[in-house]
Amino acid sequence: MSSYKTRKLKNIIASLLALGCVLVALVPLISILYEVIARGAPAISIEFLTQRTKSAGEPGSGIGNAIVGSLLLVGYASMMGLPLGILTGIFVSEYGNNSFGRTIRFFNDVMANFPSIVVGLFAYSLIVTVTGFSLISGSFALAIIMIPIVASTTEEALKMVPNSLREAALALGVPQWRTVLKVILSNGRAGLVTGALLAVARVAGETAPLILTAFGNPFWSTSPYEPVAALPLTIFRNAMSPYRDLQEQAWGAALVLIALVLTLNVTVRILTMNRMTNRHKAVKRTWTTLRSSQRT
Amino acid sequence: MATGVLILLWLLVAKLIIDSQESIFHFGTSFLTNTRWDPTRELYTALPFIFGTLITSAIAMLIGVPLSIGIAIYLSELAPPWVREPLSFVVELLAAVPSVIYGLWAMYTLRPVLVGVIEPALISLLGWTPLFEGAAFGIDKFAAGVVLAIMIIPTVASVSKETLRAVPDSQREAALSLGATRYETTRIAVLSYARSGIFGAAILGLGRAVGETMAVTMTIGNANMISWSLLDPGQTMASVIANNWGEASGLLLSSLIEIGLVLFFVALIVNVIARLMVGRVLKAVPMTGGGL
Repeated sequence: MSSYKTRKLKNIIASLLALGCVLVALVPLISILYEVIARGAPAISIEFLTQRTKSAGEPGSGIGNAIVGSLLLVGYASMMGLPLGILTGIFVSEYGNNSFGRTIRFFNDVMANFPSIVVGLFAYSLIVTVTGFSLISGSFALAIIMIPIVASTTEEALKMVPNSLREAALALGVPQWRTVLKVILSNGRAGLVTGALLAVARVAGETAPLILTAFGNPFWSTSPYEPVAALPLTIFRNAMSPYRDLQEQAWGAALVLIALVLTLNVTVRILTMNRMTNRHKAVKRTWTTLRSSQRT
Repeated sequence: MATGVLILLWLLVAKLIIDSQESIFHFGTSFLTNTRWDPTRELYTALPFIFGTLITSAIAMLIGVPLSIGIAIYLSELAPPWVREPLSFVVELLAAVPSVIYGLWAMYTLRPVLVGVIEPALISLLGWTPLFEGAAFGIDKFAAGVVLAIMIIPTVASVSKETLRAVPDSQREAALSLGATRYETTRIAVLSYARSGIFGAAILGLGRAVGETMAVTMTIGNANMISWSLLDPGQTMASVIANNWGEASGLLLSSLIEIGLVLFFVALIVNVIARLMVGRVLKAVPMTGGGL
């Protein structure tokens, strides 16, 4: 048995080590935010935000087409992914208290953690082989990534609705589908909104599936059947290029993208802050982190 | 409607198998055992990329998991209550950063640090092992592993923290009342109790590291070969797909899809194991209206 003093010392060393781990983890986060702002801010100008991407050395290059492309991709993806995800969530929460529901929930969670490049491959072989690289195939890939996120946040939001409300509606003779539609959904609305925001934040930063589907486009394009530019693609291509001016544009685009994604994330945290007890909140947040972490 | 999830999953597997048929019939099992990737002779294989994925994920786990456990212990056992919430939030923000931005940051900010400080130190310390042969270049398997380590921290740390919080207080009280220090309490009463949950958290992190594409593609150097030195460039299953996509057609395209299929099954197995382990631990927490 070691003496009291050495045990005390070990205790202090271990505590400092644990604190050290936290500080080490904060270094990259702070460094990323600092670098993106410091290197990205000088690139930002009205021209940069409104002009299309031009080749290296050409003046007046911008990311306007990439911003529009990203909005279109995420917009179309939301139109496909949100309804499917919400319906899946409703089913699992309201009708899923059986082995079938549990199976769906299980695979939903597995899918939420899936490599997005595999989803990109799927979208490629299903859609790109027909239409060629296109906006619609990119949105399809993003929609598939959205579904599990939206489904699980919807499910959790609906589980928060007290059972007495369900019982009250059913006792009045309201059929179950109407109960779900009028009572449960309107009470869980806030949860649905946060789920949708999280899913949008997650897919806005996706890059890998877009390389395989939307492909990128230096020109303005809004056609669903043409390749389209996107912010993450612009960052990737410019970062890998040997030209200094393109690299600077990559940082500018990174600043725009990170501002968008972090704003959405912080909004979600603020929205969910007061809804639950602490313990509940912590567990839920853990799941939320799991499902919504960027994974391209 | 809900069956959509299952149908999608099945369709995904079926479609990938159909599209990689050409390569499956052409190479058979040699696709998984052949070590040479030679596009000029139309010789394709998945082995160098399986190797690259394993190596980079291993580095990520070796660096990321101990750090995450330290973070989890601090946040769950040691931190004063008022820093717990904000600090957890900040650590979890790491998960919100898009991976292409991690890649950008690693290329321009992390690389000079690796080349200037960390890799020379590793070479002088461990240069005699085959793992650290070569020069410090900063675009290699080690760099990719370091970025992956950072990227798995929020996942592993937050799930580990929750499993530690799920340890009943009576465990801690028993150890403390026997005169154990905080550190001894954590080691004896808390960590051993939460071992399986922390293991599950680490596997979840592995699942993330295996499928990560962009940050790896931008840092690993893209060399289609097997080499044991961590300071040599390499390629993972995900990055080879991303890198060769634009100009791929015919047999190469079909081979890339088969690599994607291999990645799919690896990710599926890892994620199912992780979900089973983590789900069991986190489900013990009471939620209104049923489990998670």
